[in-house]
Amino acid sequence: METAFIIETIVKILVVLGLFSALAGFATYVERKVLAFMQRRLGPMHVGPYGILQVLADGIKLFTKEDFIPQGAVRPIFMIAPVITAATAFIAMAAIPMFPEFTIGGYTVRPIISDMNVGLLFVLGVMGIGLYGPLLAGMASGNKWSLLGAARTAIQFLSYEVVTGLSVLAPVMIVGSLSLIDFNNYQAGGVGNWLVWKQPIAFILFLIAGFAETNRTPFDLLEHEAEVISGYATEYSGMRWGLFFIGEYANMFTIGFLVSLIFLGGFNDLWFIPGAIAILLKVFFFIFLFIWARASWPHVRPDQLMWLCWKVLMPIAVVNVVITGIVMMFF
Amino acid sequence: MFEVVAFYLFAALTIVMFVITVTSKNALYAMSSLAAGMIFISAFFFLLDADFLGVVQIIVYSGAVMALYAFAMMFMDTTKEVKENNPPKKIVFFLSGMIALLLVLILLTPIISDKVKALYPMSDEIGNTEAVGIVLFTKYLVPFEVAAIMLLVAMIAGIILASKRMDESITLKIDQEIEQKGAE
Repeated sequence: METAFIIETIVKILVVLGLFSALAGFATYVERKVLAFMQRRLGPMHVGPYGILQVLADGIKLFTKEDFIPQGAVRPIFMIAPVITAATAFIAMAAIPMFPEFTIGGYTVRPIISDMNVGLLFVLGVMGIGLYGPLLAGMASGNKWSLLGAARTAIQFLSYEVVTGLSVLAPVMIVGSLSLIDFNNYQAGGVGNWLVWKQPIAFILFLIAGFAETNRTPFDLLEHEAEVISGYATEYSGMRWGLFFIGEYANMFTIGFLVSLIFLGGFNDLWFIPGAIAILLKVFFFIFLFIWARASWPHVRPDQLMWLCWKVLMPIAVVNVVITGIVMMFF
Repeated sequence: MFEVVAFYLFAALTIVMFVITVTSKNALYAMSSLAAGMIFISAFFFLLDADFLGVVQIIVYSGAVMALYAFAMMFMDTTKEVKENNPPKKIVFFLSGMIALLLVLILLTPIISDKVKALYPMSDEIGNTEAVGIVLFTKYLVPFEVAAIMLLVAMIAGIILASKRMDESITLKIDQEIEQKGAE
């Protein structure tokens, strides 16, 4: 345990924390602008040029708002729930290799906080713990809408974790490793080697489940305004609500990185584009896709959500795993 | 140094969490601390370089405790304290204390005696996902398959219990029909 290693790790943690908190704020601006563009509106325009400082204004508003805790709530749990969401979202990023290795002043930096050989499982598992945030928030709020939101959290996340796990199993079988760096290296030979060509079904299933796990439209039943006010977040205000928000956006980035790394060649060089920029482009495409889907699709009903998960996606995922196994056995 | 600090930190956290689980009268506190304790246990696996088991601990128990929450949500008001109606029994305390002591003694054996060795020690050549797989599909193949069959039985039983009127959709039904059903 050298001092250099400790300092390096701490710096990496701070960079990831700061960068993705800021990116989460910026992503809200992008989301509002893109949604506005798709709906032929202008979006935020008043604060700063093209409303770019709206993020700052929102931040100030969130930080200075009263931290309100309702009387009927279970105080400690109510207070800790948003922290769980934000913390797990960032802890999950610890095992994601964000960029290729690079050198600063003769010192090689590996842009991954903890290189464990079960990185993929770790990321999915810790993201899975993130569901305790909405669940505890909803159960501790002492509010019926919140409780409904919590119930929806439990069924939605548990169900779609099955789809995530099964869909990612087929690529894991092909690569033969759970390390995200191995996934990246497996697809090193250019666009033709991308796993999306070998596993198109797994790719689509993983993406759909990713929408459900990050609680994005069309699967944002947890805080469906028209049905359960704001679901689990009904009683929250100020920065505690902001932590839920940061957690959701950090999870979007995590899913973006995961999909890029597992299926779309990760941080390998793409034609003339260097690897670091290539993966950023892929991740931002997926962020755009999240917003695009939000603008184009209505919410689904809870029973449609369960039908989709257990009667469509899960059987397809299982069949996909079986077929992958058979193909790998004979070819 | 770091290992020692981490070990004692997580040991203390785990014990505190499980003590809260046992002593708290509020279902929400009890379950949240249970979930937290389960997750803190995974730290020991990570400290022992058993990354795979650590992650499996997180995934399995977060899901399992989740199901407990769902039941609690259906059966009680989790923001209120539960009135427990069973006075503490001395014999229960004594037996559970003895069992705990026995477990501690069993786990201490590698320290007391040199003859207790790991049958399948960690090796650097194979990752620990592969190591778990090798042991599971050679030495423990029969228990593994038996467990699989038991889970299958439980799953089929669950489907049969739950699927009595699965072909009727509640949401697509007209209100009148539901009222009729209620009246019957």
